[in-house]
Amino acid sequence: MTAGTHLEPRILICGEDALVVEFGNGIDPVTNDRVYALAAAVEVAKNKSVIELIPTYRSLLVQYDLELSSVADMTEFLNDLVASSMVSTEDHDNTRRQIYELPVAYGGEHGEDLDDVADHAGITTDEVIAIHSGTDYRVYMLGFAPGFPYLGGMDERIATPRIASPRIRVPAGSVGIAETQTGVYPMASPGGWRLIGNTPVSLFDPNVHPPVPFLPGSFIRFMPVSSEDTKRIANQVAKGTYRVQMTEQAE
Amino acid sequence: MTVDALRVVSPGPLSTIQDLGRPGYQRFGVSVSGAADRYALRLGNLLVGNDQRDAAIEVTIGGAEFEFTSRAIFAITGADLTPTLNGTPLALWETFGADVGDRLSLMSPAGPDSGLRAYVNVSGGFDTPVVLGSRSTHIGARLGGIEGRAPKIDDEILIGPVTNPVLPGRRVPPKLLPQYGGDILVRVIPGPQDDLFDSDATATFYNSTYTVSDKSDRMGCRLEGPEVPTIDGAHDIVSDGVLSGAIQIPGNALPIILLADSQTTGGYPKIGVIASVDLALVAQASPGTTVRFERISAEDASALARGRMATLRNISFDEPASGTVHSEELRREYDMRVNGSKYHVEITAGVDEGQTSAMVNGIEYVVHVHPGE
Repeated sequence: MTAGTHLEPRILICGEDALVVEFGNGIDPVTNDRVYALAAAVEVAKNKSVIELIPTYRSLLVQYDLELSSVADMTEFLNDLVASSMVSTEDHDNTRRQIYELPVAYGGEHGEDLDDVADHAGITTDEVIAIHSGTDYRVYMLGFAPGFPYLGGMDERIATPRIASPRIRVPAGSVGIAETQTGVYPMASPGGWRLIGNTPVSLFDPNVHPPVPFLPGSFIRFMPVSSEDTKRIANQVAKGTYRVQMTEQAE
Repeated sequence: MTVDALRVVSPGPLSTIQDLGRPGYQRFGVSVSGAADRYALRLGNLLVGNDQRDAAIEVTIGGAEFEFTSRAIFAITGADLTPTLNGTPLALWETFGADVGDRLSLMSPAGPDSGLRAYVNVSGGFDTPVVLGSRSTHIGARLGGIEGRAPKIDDEILIGPVTNPVLPGRRVPPKLLPQYGGDILVRVIPGPQDDLFDSDATATFYNSTYTVSDKSDRMGCRLEGPEVPTIDGAHDIVSDGVLSGAIQIPGNALPIILLADSQTTGGYPKIGVIASVDLALVAQASPGTTVRFERISAEDASALARGRMATLRNISFDEPASGTVHSEELRREYDMRVNGSKYHVEITAGVDEGQTSAMVNGIEYVVHVHPGE
């Protein structure tokens, strides 16, 4: 994690119909909280000219309909919201963490590199599973591919380099480690991450609203499940009857 | 019953269904995608009587052939990929009528300045499934189009119901036609990371001539030419939202202009964003085309974009003069679906007292509607 400086929020021009509100230049929870506080404030304001929000680690891109608004009007609208949303993030009594529980079958056919990760860390595979599933990971943002979560907060004890020669096909739902990051492949694709498990939950389904089972700005907790359980859950997912569990906790 | 469709005889190297894309899902990592040349798609749709947002087939470079399984009115817009109907050359930016079994080919660019991407627009639009609000194909994400992929041989791409019939011989006024290729000058709104480049690098960017690389695709147009280094030489920023038109400067210090299939976030500094009215020129630039940049303010670029939208909204096409229209074109028949029921509609140029009449594109027609087909 490269914690950056917490800057005074800056509003930057991003073309003729978008502005970027930049809260910092690094990856840290305080900056990220501000991004999602502003995103929530924009949604609550129900400004009809806003057509797209792209929250990232440290900035919020706001695209607007240039026939309904202008650079000056949107700058004023965002400046006002930045001032009010900054106040609300400092009010920690109201901050609640949304934690989405993703079932994961670790090791064996579900995660072929689990032994390598354990060897690299000099611990047992059970310890790797306990460490990996013992942390709540912040979904800093979604990007790169539909439903791909950029997660933060992995324990550095299980950090492992990528495999030397990337796999041609990593199955959808694969849970992997690359250096100090962990993540989940939403769809089958080539990839070089160390695979330690697999979730039967679909991370991206365009026929469901919203298409991703967790929201950016929330948290993911990996729940170890047996091979039998993962088959049962996969059946429920296929029938459309499975729901990802979400719990709320005060921070 | 025959299906109103275009059957794929040869898809060519890259032909995809595209409309104006699926905005609103970028926070989930879903690219907007859509037509690389939005202006050609919008004009094509309006020309054939569709909504600007309807879907067309974007044919890249050529190699494509289709067969009509029903009568249809269609138009080709965008790049000149030497379109022919049953071997007879067709004009671009003009409507034509096709009969059952007619073959439409778009084989290869007419020349280096003809553009890269042509749009096959049919009256009624292509009626493939809507996914997250759009029919646009994003092949990498397997979204939209036909089961998330490009058309392949023998696919039948369904044509939707015609709601606003138009005549063959309808043309886009010459003053609205874009000029692709050659040496293009595109306007750039500086930011959001223009402050990472010093005055020398910025001067290099705006005063140099770049060449379009052959490594360009629907995600981005890569340029070759003088390097534009950042102040500290680092070209990684912590990921930030990106939009099509953004000009990223990655580690090799050479610009990449993001196009329709752009990712939603990126970790390279963006020196500026292309004004939307000029982005089609980039999307149509063949490898070897030279590109120069000129600054514009966001306000001025917005005004240009608003002006273009007003032009499209208020467009009046050059209609076929009745004297030059073939007699068969003065009488047309359409099968329409209204609220799920089928109707057969005949329109005949002229006026008949007591009969329903309608003005279509400035010509008065007598309208006969028969339920069923």
